[in-house]
Formats: sequence, C-alpha cells, structure tokens
Amino acid sequence: MSAEIVGLTAAQAAARVRAGELSASELFDAYLERAAAEDLNAFLWLAEEAPDPPADAPLGGVPLAVKDLFCVEDVPSAAGSRILEGYRPPYTATAVRNLRDAGATLLGKTNQDEFAMGSSNENSGYGPVHNPWDRERVPGGSSGGSAAAVAAGLAPWAIGTDTGGSIRQPAALCGIVGLKPTYGAVSRYGMISFASSLDQCGPLTRDVTDAALLLRHMVGRDRCDSTSLEFPEEVVQPSAERLAGMRFGVPPELSGEGIEPGVREVFESAVKTIEGLGGSLEEVSLPHSPHGIAAYYVIAPAEASANLARYDGVRYGPRTGDSDLTAMYEQTRHDGFGPEVRRRIMLGTYALSSGYYEAYYGRAQRVRTKIAEDFKAAFERVDLIVTPTSPTVAFKLGERTEDPLAMYMSDYCTVPMPLAGIPAISIPAGLSQRLPVGIQLAGPAFSENRILDSAYALEQAIGFEGVPVG
Amino acid sequence: MIDREQVLHVARLARLRLTEEEVERMSGELSTILDHIEKIGELDLEEVEPTSHVVQVENVLRADEPRPSWARERMLGESPDATAVGFRVPSPGAG
Repeated sequence: MSAEIVGLTAAQAAARVRAGELSASELFDAYLERAAAEDLNAFLWLAEEAPDPPADAPLGGVPLAVKDLFCVEDVPSAAGSRILEGYRPPYTATAVRNLRDAGATLLGKTNQDEFAMGSSNENSGYGPVHNPWDRERVPGGSSGGSAAAVAAGLAPWAIGTDTGGSIRQPAALCGIVGLKPTYGAVSRYGMISFASSLDQCGPLTRDVTDAALLLRHMVGRDRCDSTSLEFPEEVVQPSAERLAGMRFGVPPELSGEGIEPGVREVFESAVKTIEGLGGSLEEVSLPHSPHGIAAYYVIAPAEASANLARYDGVRYGPRTGDSDLTAMYEQTRHDGFGPEVRRRIMLGTYALSSGYYEAYYGRAQRVRTKIAEDFKAAFERVDLIVTPTSPTVAFKLGERTEDPLAMYMSDYCTVPMPLAGIPAISIPAGLSQRLPVGIQLAGPAFSENRILDSAYALEQAIGFEGVPVG
Repeated sequence: MIDREQVLHVARLARLRLTEEEVERMSGELSTILDHIEKIGELDLEEVEPTSHVVQVENVLRADEPRPSWARERMLGESPDATAVGFRVPSPGAG
C-alpha cells in the first residue's frame, strides 16, 4: 500500500484525497516513514505529525518538503548554517503559508548549501547530501536536499530557492523538474536572504503537472515583500500535446563550448523532439551570457556580504569569543560561517570597498543590463529559449571542492536568467553515463504558463522514466 | 592579485577573523576568482545603464497604520545572551 501511495504524483495524491479514496494522514505517514529512514542526508528536520488539511483543500494534505532557509514558526530554520543552529523563527515565510493554506502539510526541512551558496550541497554546515542515482555523487545545489528527497521518493514535492541556478541545477542532476519563477512572482518574505535582487523560490517536483500545481498556490503579491508582484494571470494546468506554432531559440553561447559531450547529445536529441512535435527552431545569440558568471559572482556576493552582516552573535544563533565586542563579532562569524560563505563575504566586501566599487560592482551591474537586453532581443524572434541546464552530469563528491572557480562554472547555463529576472524550468531529458541530464526552457517575464505548457508536451514525448522511487 | 594586507583589510571590514592559514588560502582563491571576473573589463560598457533591480516597480508605499508587533520576550528568546529588556553584549572597549 505504502509503495503504491509513494508511486503517485503529488497531483494524483491530492485528487485521491479530495475524492475520499485516500486519507491525508495515511499519505503523510507513508512519506514520513520513508523520510525518517533515509540515508541521503536530505532532511535536517522532520515533522512528527500533520494537521488535517481543510476540507476540499486543493493540495489535499499532500506533504511538502521545504528547504531549510524558509522560516517556519517554531521549526528549526538555519539555512544550512551553523551560525543559525537552533534558531526557531517567530513567523512563517509567505510561500510556505500560502501552500499550507492551500492544504499542503509540512513534512520536513531539507538540507542545502549554507545560505544557498553552492552548486553541490557540499557547503552545508550539516554534511553533504548524496545523489540518489549514485551515492558517490553530489545532488547539485544549493537546493540539493529538496531535489534528492523528491528524486528518491522521500517527499512527493518540495520547494527550494534559485539565485543563480539553485533550483534548476539540482533538479537536472537528480532527474526531476525544477522551476525558477519570474523575479517577484513569489514573495521572498521569510526566506533567509542570500542575494535579494536575484533570490526567488519555486517548486521541485516529479513532473511538470506537479510544478504547475505547486506554483499556482505560491504566487501573488505580498505586503510583506515590496518587490513582489501580482501574477498577471492564473497559473493553469499544462495540457499541450504539440508544439506547433511555437518558436524555440537555441543560443550557441549556452549550448556549445563547455558543455560535456554526453549532455550535448541528450540536448540535441531533445531539440529534435521539439521539431518532431511541430516546434520551429532557430539560432539566437545571447552574446553577453558567457559573462554571466563574472557578473553574478560580483553581484551575488556583494548583496550577500550586506545581508549576512546581521549574523553577529547578538540576536540569534551561537556566540563565541567575549573579550570585547569587535572580537566577539569576528570570532562568532569565523566559527559560525563555513569556508564558502566566508569566501563570498570577502569577495563581496572587496567588490564594494572604496576604490573598487566601480571596477567590480558598477561594471557587473552594466553587464547585467546587457544580459537582460540580449534576452529581450531574442524574445522578439522566439517564444522560448532552450539550453542544457548544467554543463555536466552530477559530479563526484569532493571533485570540485578544492577549486571554487570550477564549482562556480556549474552555474554557467543557469546564471543569465536570474540576472534578467526571467523564469526558466529544467526537465529531465535523458541519461548520460547512467545519470540524468536536464534541459532548460526560459521565457520572458511572467511566461510561466507558456513554459509549463511546452515543458509538458516535451515531457510526454520524452517519456523520461528514471526517478529511482522504490 | 589580492595580497595578504588586502585580505586582512577586507576581513576587518567584514568583521571576520581569519587564521594565518586561512589568510594565505583566501589570498590565492580570491585572486583566481577576481582574474576571471576581470574579463568583464574587456567589454565596452561606457553608455550602458547599471541594473540594480530587474522588475520596474515604482515606490511601493503602504498606509501608515499601526499593526501589532512581535512580543519582546519572543524576540529576546533567540539571543545567546539577553536580559529581560535587551540583548547583552561584551563591552566595546574591554579589549
């Protein structure tokens, strides 16, 4: 019975609960049992029980895994960092509250790279997460716990956050669906901040239908986040079978050099599938996208260095060193932050420091303008852009930890979209070296329905069956 | 290239203690990353406006009406060292 329950997609499970064929508590217990027995280190905290969902709730009491950096009232929320160990927030993030109101129940908090800084989940203060496809490999990051939990059937679905690829890249490496919405579509209130002009939360799910369902109940303007926006239309369930009339652009800058051959093969086969479904294809240039990594690794650390100034051992988290106030700040921050977070604070502080501001931060912001303009020009010719999600399949644990720049290159294909604020989805498209490969579809701001519809048609045609639930 | 003195200066600005070994390591790692970042220096960006926020929104204002705030004891309750009325910290001048 439990295996059958876990085999249902979230949308199917919600429908069964609403129809009275499955009880929400039975559904919750089936997942809790699996999550409690997991050995991927995907979860940092598990709920003991679930409240009954309201009758006829659209999400039918389907359990939800939530990335650790979402504040949930009285539930440990440490953003994967030792500097927030034991912190129990007094309030709940709007995205989580919206989903609970729609009937989702909190299953647990998932592991992540500390403060969402990482592409492998190896920067967690609570140990790395293992990829369910191969335990010697990383699940991607920073939402690695959420991706691994969904891929391994420890949770029906999850939410994560994406600043430079942190939803899409782990989704690709774990063989699931991950969507980064338009900047502002989902409130950031209660998300522990990394880089505020880029951070956006979104769904990680087994299929495109589940992603649409979860997104539908996340979006909306929130008075607690003045950068949030009303979603201009209803997020609908995708149903396209064909792609006739749709124009797809392939940018050579993000699909050629630097992409490993096995990933390129799967990508090219997906492009043929698009053609087979009636979609038209053309080459479009995004000439500034190769500079995305450089711009991103100035802007994101700069914003992070300001956002992380609040962790000083005064209001929350552990404190070390007490000879005087400055020594206490410096020691607490040394002991509480891991190496990558320290590196990014240093990089960001340097880029913003007197004499360097214009050369780094100022220039990076101008590159950001050029990247957004490239997309704008491309979307005058095509409806969606298609690229590989990650230049490689899941790499081995420890393989890139000694080389920060090599790790940063994992974000090569995913960084330009958040810099432009536009939405993008990653869906599994095949295998290379017996590991999943994701392809990415990106569209203009608020084109989520179009993206989901095309991703759905493609998903049906590809028929990826590899999620190792069992 | 970012040298030892610069690393120590930036660490002071960031209120971040680094061990001797970490200073050395940081100097090498930051230099490698900055070398890559400096490639954007090759672009002609003279006439380009900087982007700090991707979505065009005007000032967002709300009605200036009082709303309930968090209870003081709940806020103080997460602190590693608090009294009944505030956060306690070491003296700024004790060292």
